[in-house]
Amino acid sequence: MAEDPNRSSTSGPSTRAIEIFIALFTFALGAIMVFDSRRLGAGWAFDGPQPGYFPFYIGLIICFASLANLATAIVERHQRLVVFVEWARLRQVMKMLVPAALFVGAIPLIGIYVATTVYLAGFMIWVGRYAWYKGIVVGLGTSVFFFLMFEVWFKVPLPKGAYHFLRYLGY
Amino acid sequence: MEELNSLFYGFSVVLTPYNIVLMFVGVFLGIIVGVLPGLGGANGVAILLPLTFAMPPTSAIVMLSCIYWGALFGGAITSILFNIPGEPWSVATTFDGYPMAQNGHAAEALTTSFTSSFFGALCAVIMITFLAPLVARFALKFGPPEFFSVYFLTFCSFIGMGKEKPFKILVSMMLGFGLAAVGMDMVTGTLRLNFGFSELLRGFSFLIAVIGLFGIGEILLCMEEGLEFSGRSARLNLTVVWDTWRRMIRFWGTAIRSMVIGCWLGVTPGGATPASFMAYGVAKRMSKDGADFGTGKLEGVLAPEVANNSAGTSALLPMLALGIPGSPTAAVLLGGLLVWGLQPGPLLFVEKPEFVWGLIASMYLGNIATLILCLTCVPVFAAILRVPFSIIAPVIIVVCAIGAYTVNNAVYDIWYMLMFGVFGYVFKKLDYPLAPLVLALVLGDAAESAFRQSMLLAQGDLRIFFSNWLVGSITGLALFALFWPIVARGLVALRASRVGATAA
Amino acid sequence: MHIHRILSVTAMLFVAALVGAPTAAAWEPTRPVEFVVPAGSGGGADQMARLIQGIVAKHNLMKQPFVVVNKSGGAGAEGFLDVKGSKADSHKIIITLSNLFTTPLATGVPFNWKDLTPVAMLALDQFVLWVHADTPYKSAKDYLDAVKKAGPNKFKMAGTGSKQEDQILTVGIEKATGTKFIYVPFKGGGDVATQLVGKHVDSTVNNPIEAVAQWRAGQLRPLCVFDDSRMPYKGKVTETMSWHDIPTCKEAGVPADYLMLRGIFMPAGVPKEAVDFYVGLFRKVRETSEWKEFMERGAFNQSFMTGPAYAKWVQGAEDLHRNLMKEAGFLAKP
Repeated sequence: MAEDPNRSSTSGPSTRAIEIFIALFTFALGAIMVFDSRRLGAGWAFDGPQPGYFPFYIGLIICFASLANLATAIVERHQRLVVFVEWARLRQVMKMLVPAALFVGAIPLIGIYVATTVYLAGFMIWVGRYAWYKGIVVGLGTSVFFFLMFEVWFKVPLPKGAYHFLRYLGY
Repeated sequence: MEELNSLFYGFSVVLTPYNIVLMFVGVFLGIIVGVLPGLGGANGVAILLPLTFAMPPTSAIVMLSCIYWGALFGGAITSILFNIPGEPWSVATTFDGYPMAQNGHAAEALTTSFTSSFFGALCAVIMITFLAPLVARFALKFGPPEFFSVYFLTFCSFIGMGKEKPFKILVSMMLGFGLAAVGMDMVTGTLRLNFGFSELLRGFSFLIAVIGLFGIGEILLCMEEGLEFSGRSARLNLTVVWDTWRRMIRFWGTAIRSMVIGCWLGVTPGGATPASFMAYGVAKRMSKDGADFGTGKLEGVLAPEVANNSAGTSALLPMLALGIPGSPTAAVLLGGLLVWGLQPGPLLFVEKPEFVWGLIASMYLGNIATLILCLTCVPVFAAILRVPFSIIAPVIIVVCAIGAYTVNNAVYDIWYMLMFGVFGYVFKKLDYPLAPLVLALVLGDAAESAFRQSMLLAQGDLRIFFSNWLVGSITGLALFALFWPIVARGLVALRASRVGATAA
Repeated sequence: MHIHRILSVTAMLFVAALVGAPTAAAWEPTRPVEFVVPAGSGGGADQMARLIQGIVAKHNLMKQPFVVVNKSGGAGAEGFLDVKGSKADSHKIIITLSNLFTTPLATGVPFNWKDLTPVAMLALDQFVLWVHADTPYKSAKDYLDAVKKAGPNKFKMAGTGSKQEDQILTVGIEKATGTKFIYVPFKGGGDVATQLVGKHVDSTVNNPIEAVAQWRAGQLRPLCVFDDSRMPYKGKVTETMSWHDIPTCKEAGVPADYLMLRGIFMPAGVPKEAVDFYVGLFRKVRETSEWKEFMERGAFNQSFMTGPAYAKWVQGAEDLHRNLMKEAGFLAKP
């Protein structure tokens, strides 16, 4: 990072908060594993470990190590002043993540090809600030290329969505 | 010198204009297949297999094995350029390959990777040519305890490598094991950790986790840093190839070690993925720049690439000689052999020599063809980094989404990929290492199965891991690797005290 | 009960036929047909699917291509759930193995073959008891006597997967002979055969095609086939033996028989014309020389069934599996 990490004028979630959150999260994952493994049988039968044996201890280790991480995060108080990511930069990250999530969400509806066209064109125009026709050309071009490659040449069916726009092409 | 005669006979079978054209077509298709994550070698060969049913078997296998080469070489391209491994065995290549690209050495990294791949594959082919029957017999010695000891060795040679906090390494590795346990337990057939969700039946695919953690995570990081990939100023001419070769020669020791690891794991069939991890781990421990691995060391690209290609190539040997596929791709090729009316197994070498030696000859030629094609394309590949970020980033996301989908043909996997991407981003910022997670995820299932199969065989007696010289020495080696850092520290301390004593 | 279900299936087909009537006449696929394989690539079902794909392409039996898709998660449950979820999709077929029955019974995954439309039985796969050629056992009786003499949990039987056909068959042998094996599951039939060649286990119940190469190389020895009658193929496989020379297990004093379904299903609610189309297609596939050669190489039982006869057979097989798995204690806990 270019800035002095201890400068308090930059704002954003603190690294300490995120550390604590992740430690709690991994602890929860470990706890779930322990819980489910008990159901499966976590012992050592006469002919070796039962199905839950390894997940049980793995879960236990995760819980233990997460607690250690949690303790470290709480003890290292100076981390509270270190910004995990500035809000402005987080907004940048979200610019990537949100359209990507919309894209994935759109796949089951309109299929991967139409979604790709819209996503690429949209991203170039709104985030990349390209002229609208450039975005549309790249978006269309890419998805036509993928269509030819997967559906026509390699015969790999990709999801076409509930509103199957390409049905009329015979695919 | 009977083998040499057979080999030249093989060349005479393969070297027809028709076959040579097929060879280049195969390599080209293979590179495409290797570059697109998810559509890896096994899928690629499976998809293209029906095309070859109309060809004579020898031509068909020439084309398919060239697809296999292309995929083996091509997997490294996206690992280096975008931190997205196109194949599981390219993961270890990202550790130093991607930093090299970020430092502006994309072309060097690519050249290293292709040349190492060529070297690894060539050595493996030579081994297949001359030692096939011997090696095949060695492969038969591997039962469940031996497999477990090999996986254990892979872990031990890789563990304790990070500078991160030990508890973070531990959490990361155990999360990998935990994710690997989701889905069906192979040994008892019970469903684990799926809580009644049918989306979790298949568990978490290694490739999806890797595409997300490495690829998407990296794009998010790049986005935070400002809209670009670093390393755009890579040199883009062919003299790079020559310069890189001169630098690579110094690492011949690493290359040979990695090659031995690769051939061994390919034959057993432990697979190319553990081979690449183990070779990276060993190179890091043996190298004098070991501490700088992960910052863009040429040696760190060379080791896994030599290993994964020698493993990928020698994996074809057990398939031909025993009828056991050493890798998923080999499994699909095996299906192809059956369709052409060839029965892989001990008699194939006797009954269909023109086919076997044709295939072996095509391995030499295909390998050379792939190297030439790849090296001439280095500038083209490296130039991809010059495409503006706001065009290439969404394209990469689309490619990753397609890759994630094609692994299991499931839309849900694309969501997992995105989720893993967010975790990759957060974990990387918090210094949780990702490599142990990935290693545990790829080997966790296989290691657990092998362990429990061994326990079944021995009825719960742990001494099975020392029951013969083979498994005993691998397990011993693994324990040695595990405790070596402690022993080494102890030795240093001892020597220091002794020096102190003599001085006094 | 039995007949009632078949009637309801036919009734459903009939209704579907009426709905689809206007476009009727001769139905043909209008886009590539997804061929789901509920198992990994390289296995027996996958090989068969890809062979069919190749035959159809080579002989131009269908205007649209087959696209083989592996959905192996959860012992095939993923593939079955996918087809169950694509109601009325005439462009999707699935090839089944015994996991059609064993997976839902063993795991409790909400799925049953009645959620699908039966199309055709392509063949039945045989099971053979194999031992290593270096062992002294010349017949199934020799071997099982040795197992009995050694006492329980001494001899090791390797098989594919857990609570699936190989283990069910092993339990069947144990029940019939009063022996007890250590059953060790492996990922695929190829692994199993190799483990036997490497002498890491004592016997296997591989399908013929999984072990034929090692048999011919003199590494493995077949003891008996788990069927009522011997296999019909009389062409020499090794220098001295053909498939027909392997005795049935009944002859050898082991009253256990088991055949594995290799059949085709479609999603529920598809028009009858579509089913008819695929039945016709598979009839044509069966006529090709490639298919015949494959059948002989793998010593398959070439039974072919369609329509109600097939549905009835599947119902019988399901009951059989439920009983076998209940006796073996493999049913999922509710």
